[in-house]
Amino acid sequence: TDSLFFQLISLFFILTKSVILHVKTINSGKNSGRNGIGKRFSTAAALEDLIVPPVQIAYTQNLIDGKFVDAASGKTFPTYDPRTGDVIANVAEGDAEDIDRAVAAARKAFDEGPWPKMTPYERSRIMLRFADLVEKHSEELAALETWNNGKPHEQAAKSELPMFIRLFHYYAGWADKIHGLTVPADGPHHVQTLHEPIGVAGQIIPWNFPLLMFAWKVGPALACGNTIVLKTAEQTPLTALYVAKLFHEAGLPPGVLNVVSGYGPTAGAALASHMDVDKVAFTGSTDTGKIVLELAAKSNLKPVTLELGGKSPFIICEDADVDKAVELAHFALFFNQGQCCCAGSRTFVHEHVYDEFLEKAKARALRRVVGDPFRKGVEQGPQIDTEQFEKVLRYIRAGIESNATLECGGDRLGTKGYFVQPTVFSNVKDDMLIAKDEIFGPVQSILKFKDIDEVIRRANNTRYGLAAGVFTKSVETANTLTRALRAGTVWVNCFDVFDAAIPFGGYKMSGIGREKGIYSLHNYLQVKAVVTPLKNPAWL
Amino acid sequence: RFCGVGRVVSGYSTSAGIENPINPSIKVHCTQLLINGNFVDSASGKTFPTYDPRTGDVIAHVAEGDAEDIDRAVCAARKAFDEGPWPKMTAYERSKVLFRFADLLDKHIEELATLETWDNGKPYEQSAKIELPMISRIIRYYAGWADKIHGLTIPADGPHLVQTIHEPIGVAGQIIPWNFPLLMFAWKVGPALACGCTIVLKSAEQTPLSALYAAKLLHEAGLPPGVLNVVSGFGPTAGAALASHMDVDKLAFTGSSETGKIVLELASKSNLKPVTLELGGKSPFIVCKDADVDKAVELAHFALFFNQGQCCSAGSRTYVHEDVHDEFIEKAKARALKRSVGDPFKAGVEQGPQVNNGQPLLHVVVIMSYILIAMKISVRCYNLRFSPVLFQTDTNAYLNQIDSEQFEKILRYIRSGIESGATLITGGDRLGSKGFYIQPTVFTNVKEDMLIAQEEIFGPVQSILKFRDMDEVIRRANSTRYGLAAGVFTNDLDTANTLSRALKVGTVWINCYDVFDAAIPFGGYKMSGQGREKGVHCLSNYLQVKAIVAPLKNPAWI
Repeated sequence: TDSLFFQLISLFFILTKSVILHVKTINSGKNSGRNGIGKRFSTAAALEDLIVPPVQIAYTQNLIDGKFVDAASGKTFPTYDPRTGDVIANVAEGDAEDIDRAVAAARKAFDEGPWPKMTPYERSRIMLRFADLVEKHSEELAALETWNNGKPHEQAAKSELPMFIRLFHYYAGWADKIHGLTVPADGPHHVQTLHEPIGVAGQIIPWNFPLLMFAWKVGPALACGNTIVLKTAEQTPLTALYVAKLFHEAGLPPGVLNVVSGYGPTAGAALASHMDVDKVAFTGSTDTGKIVLELAAKSNLKPVTLELGGKSPFIICEDADVDKAVELAHFALFFNQGQCCCAGSRTFVHEHVYDEFLEKAKARALRRVVGDPFRKGVEQGPQIDTEQFEKVLRYIRAGIESNATLECGGDRLGTKGYFVQPTVFSNVKDDMLIAKDEIFGPVQSILKFKDIDEVIRRANNTRYGLAAGVFTKSVETANTLTRALRAGTVWVNCFDVFDAAIPFGGYKMSGIGREKGIYSLHNYLQVKAVVTPLKNPAWL
Repeated sequence: RFCGVGRVVSGYSTSAGIENPINPSIKVHCTQLLINGNFVDSASGKTFPTYDPRTGDVIAHVAEGDAEDIDRAVCAARKAFDEGPWPKMTAYERSKVLFRFADLLDKHIEELATLETWDNGKPYEQSAKIELPMISRIIRYYAGWADKIHGLTIPADGPHLVQTIHEPIGVAGQIIPWNFPLLMFAWKVGPALACGCTIVLKSAEQTPLSALYAAKLLHEAGLPPGVLNVVSGFGPTAGAALASHMDVDKLAFTGSSETGKIVLELASKSNLKPVTLELGGKSPFIVCKDADVDKAVELAHFALFFNQGQCCSAGSRTYVHEDVHDEFIEKAKARALKRSVGDPFKAGVEQGPQVNNGQPLLHVVVIMSYILIAMKISVRCYNLRFSPVLFQTDTNAYLNQIDSEQFEKILRYIRSGIESGATLITGGDRLGSKGFYIQPTVFTNVKEDMLIAQEEIFGPVQSILKFRDMDEVIRRANSTRYGLAAGVFTNDLDTANTLSRALKVGTVWINCYDVFDAAIPFGGYKMSGQGREKGVHCLSNYLQVKAIVAPLKNPAWI
């Protein structure tokens, strides 16, 4: 089937089956010598014997005004293979000067054209051709994505690349459907609104889904007729450069999409505070999001869209199908090495099914296949880098110290790269750090609850509000929870369903605005009201 | 007095009674803070005076809210939101409260219009015949929206039922300006209440009175306690506390771009609440060569001078095509000279005093006055080279103004216009010796790099610029950090279409200006703001979008 949902589900089955083939036990606790709980992790055999990625790295320079160029400073920075910590390539390091050049190119392509002066149909054709090219190159792209990010190759190739293509088909279809309104007035006036492209969009994307975040950002901005300066995450600069190159092959005029690799405090800050950038969209941590918004406020008041952190509750009610709930809750947390802003990182389980759930959740985590992400059947690769890896281990220590019960995992896996054991904590309380902070790693926290009102209160008792999972068979429970949870997405009996048409974004400190779906368009549009008097109108 | 330019024109039409103001026929009742449905003193017990801009006399002392009062108000609004009843009432019930409120506004139109003019200085006829009807119109508009907040069902690629619900965002903080106190109240409060939010509103310290009165009427109409809380006070105390409050879910601000930046910064440093901003402008009014000059003169005059020039959307750069320029400026000057300035309570008066602004400067100005008095004495004593008359004038001016930040600012801009070489063809000075009246002022030969062509003056000062062709005027009109509105005067369809697309502004009025229907969205490009108010577009400011996704079993269709 072409359906992404089925692709995801079938991926599950592939992964679940492969568990049996790849189970291998290793010893854990090498680092800290803590209690020997959860020693039998399923790891693909060859953590030490890594598969060589089937791809060459062709593009490492910044892409400005349609050309690959070195950084103005001539500097480069290394990008790593998270399986080993080895350098993959040295990439041009953009800073304020490069951002300036990129903005100048984007400004020119916007103010003088051709992009916003092309017909929407022409723009949509370029986006469709681009999607075709990505499809043609999806093997290399998936390999590059896994090499630079560490996510399972099967996930990149079978789920994310098709989703990327799907998103560009979706947004290509929007380009010629940006309608304004005609507006009824009280007097003899003809009123219309034009929805205009906002101008030069600055976009800052994260490292957890480098290509998907590229699609979420670039798709709507281009469909609406904007030009772009995109800054990639310093951990994962490679795939964006590759697809941006394909975009130009598809006919994108120079200057419309400029890609600058670099760091947040230099390139990112320069973009967020640039006086000639009309809009900024940022995906990343809440702390950085605050800085981005502040820079926008202090410079030219550019509108800002933010997709930030989360601490999303996954609620298993007493009537839930426990086996399904275990699988979904496991997926909700561990997917993408736990590196999802919407990870279901607080698993609330009703007391009546708590013990059964816990046992099965632990068993499921123990079965999780961790290993070289290029190997077939591997469910979990390494964390992105040493900083994140250390952070995750710190949170695990904090969990143990605050007296949560470590059911399994709790340590690194192997001695090389940034692999972390799938870790499950039970007896987690709301005031523990692991129940409050975003861990962004394979650490599941299970909390017990008694009734609906209580779980609503506790689920909402966070500064975040990105997503929530609800597991119940009762329509009434589902309806009560979906209204009461202060979160931008509620998945009922499912999780991480990411259709192009479903809006995604946060309440509270999880962000501002929505991406995807019809809602994402107005991030990249200005509304202009045009008013003229009517002479002898036939009707009002 | 200013740079010796003196009075170019002395023939202003002023109604007789600038010096003997008409006594407003109402009493001021509501001066306390309105928190949780009760009028209460401020936590500190402090009050501040609000002034009559015709005279600088104190109208009333108003409870001065600060961080503590904001806390209490947010707490009440939080409770009314989280526990209800407001968002738990049916949308129809909420709409009925708003409809009843509109009826009460109509019933009390005279008192409200009087209060508005007394506190703000705008012509009473404008308050009573234009603004008040517009306010009840806007409230009825939003009342009608309350039961029409639709979410969507969404096509998905797989067997999933996807829907979005549009939920009230929670507690909205709203900060309104002094130029249209009641209208801005309606623009802010209307959509927030229609969407089911609760509110803490901070009014401008210059004009706190009408919002308190209107809020009282809203409670009479059946608004539950805590749903709308009104705190009078100053920006750096009450306003900042609201913008940075961790329990406020949304902030809407109307005011200057400088303050807007601070508001956004406070939101980003606190809880990342989404912010809507309606800020300053330097809107071009473009008179093309085919324009009907007489109509264009009248509209351009109105676009700038309306409300004493105190409009964020004021057409403050009048671009006139060179072929009609000379005729235009002659008629624009004549029109400005005909403008009747005087006691805003008098019938037929078009322009009242500038708003009485900047109470925080009170002490400074009093001290300055004392210094000036002392200097005057010393000048007289020692017969120095300064002209005693000059100081006499200045001292009296300062004593009479009491505090007059806006008034002084406008006069400074006029001085700067003269100094930068623009031609002052009429006006240029204060009018009378009492209150904050300014002569309708017109500059010609204005160039883009002059301060008066770049900055928001917010007063009765028209700047006329000459242009030659379309591309040039587009470039010049867009060469500003602002992008709020624009006027286009032409009868040529191609010209109208070209200009309305090319101008980077939120509203383009073609052959009209300042048409403010409830349904027309209003807001800025660039540094004129973020988001839109009014119309369908404003609702999203007060709504969160929640996507709900569930699997479908055996769907009949996908």
